[in-house]
Amino acid sequence: MVPNDRKYTKEHEWVLLEDGVATIGVTDFAASELGDIVFVEMPEVGDEVNIEETVGSIESVKAVEDLFVPVTGEVVEINEDIDATPELVNSEPFDGGWLFKVKMNDEAEMDKLMDAAAYGEILGG
Amino acid sequence: MSKSNLKKTPLTDWHASHGARMVEFAGYEMPVQYEGVLAEHAIVREKVGLFDITHMGEIYITGSGARDWISGLITNSLKKSDPGKIVYNAMCKADGGVLDDMLVYCLEEERWLIVCNAANHAKIVGWLEKNLPVDGVAMDDQTDNIAMIAVQGPVSRELVQRLDTLADRADDIDGLDFYTAFTHEGPGGEWLVSRTGYTGEHGYELYLPYADAVSCWEELLAKGADLGVAPIGLAARDTLRFEVCYCLYGHELGEDITPLEAGINWAVKMKKKGGFIGRDALLAQRENGVPRQIVCLELDGKGIARQDARVLVDGKDVGYVTSGTFSPTLKKALALALVEKELPQGELAVDVRGRHIPCHTVAFPFLAARTKDDPKAERSLS
Repeated sequence: MVPNDRKYTKEHEWVLLEDGVATIGVTDFAASELGDIVFVEMPEVGDEVNIEETVGSIESVKAVEDLFVPVTGEVVEINEDIDATPELVNSEPFDGGWLFKVKMNDEAEMDKLMDAAAYGEILGG
Repeated sequence: MSKSNLKKTPLTDWHASHGARMVEFAGYEMPVQYEGVLAEHAIVREKVGLFDITHMGEIYITGSGARDWISGLITNSLKKSDPGKIVYNAMCKADGGVLDDMLVYCLEEERWLIVCNAANHAKIVGWLEKNLPVDGVAMDDQTDNIAMIAVQGPVSRELVQRLDTLADRADDIDGLDFYTAFTHEGPGGEWLVSRTGYTGEHGYELYLPYADAVSCWEELLAKGADLGVAPIGLAARDTLRFEVCYCLYGHELGEDITPLEAGINWAVKMKKKGGFIGRDALLAQRENGVPRQIVCLELDGKGIARQDARVLVDGKDVGYVTSGTFSPTLKKALALALVEKELPQGELAVDVRGRHIPCHTVAFPFLAARTKDDPKAERSLS
């Protein structure tokens, strides 16, 4: 089961909103599908990003996947631990392996995302 | 292609029921990974791993004309191929492009085995048939009857010696040099024990009847538990071969790449008696200057250059990446690339989805193979 304190995208990313700031990561399903992650190309702090824009990439030994931003706003922080220990994305996708934070322009965008139950159905189907 | 249309090896169901992630590979349902590619890679470098490579093609050639006929189709010489000897080869078209790379076993003077890549199996069978009939040469494709288990890693010899079937062959296994093999009568028919592999480690490839595959696999896992043995997927097979710079067909080799460009000149014997298909084209290429070569690249920036990424010098296209990944042993982003032979001076980079990542050439290979060394020898990573 995935945590139900946050929202999900069909690209298997999660978004956790706290005080107007969205923390973004990938789900355990995405991490497992990619296999051992060895590098994450991140956006930069200060970047203005738009919903569903490609802002980076996630590289595993075997494959590369685009990193999407599921909300609009300004990047205010990136997870500095990922550079040295990208395996955190595999081992702790929902907490220590978070990727970056966006100060949202419009919190209503959260309503477009799936809740844990809806995302669970995607995984089940 | 749905999984129901895929060919199975005798071990496919075993893999699927023991946690492997299964994928389509060359028409077979194969395990791409078990625990994870980094962990599996380390097991083979440090201990011993098992690979199901039953998808490989096995074609027997028999008869009094076998030796000369095979020789005319391959780049390397069979002059020193006494029974038990193995030779690595390319099979070329007349224009020098590579149809496949393969092992050629001399089992007896009039009984030979060609082992080709699964993805090229149908093409190679067709090519061989096209070059028949010839008096004194018979061909027998046994691909669907022969399983193949690779046992690779520093303690692989000890593990293979523990197999009940090979209990009385311990001395023969000790005496088996790199690129030699012996046959043995197993429970379900003939086994072939071969000191070969695709990992750069000391290792063996066991050819055995389908009927013996599951029992052999399970016995290796049970008897190797104290040695740290584990099943390994195809993803780690690729990273292992990549680090020691073994060519992979479809990457460093192809119909549009000659063996001279791929850097396997040591397997091309231009002067051998009788010649071979493609010789004239390769000779001309050597005399006129080989236009491209495979080089080893190390990336100086973050990112991974994968197959087909362009290689640039001061922004000018000079070739492309044939294989690239993160090296689990060296912990660096590395790539093999097919580039112009005479690279212009300037800033070398790879184009990774529009981002130019600086890189530099490094010595071949990235990591030295330990296939001929004492199996317990320490590897220098310097």
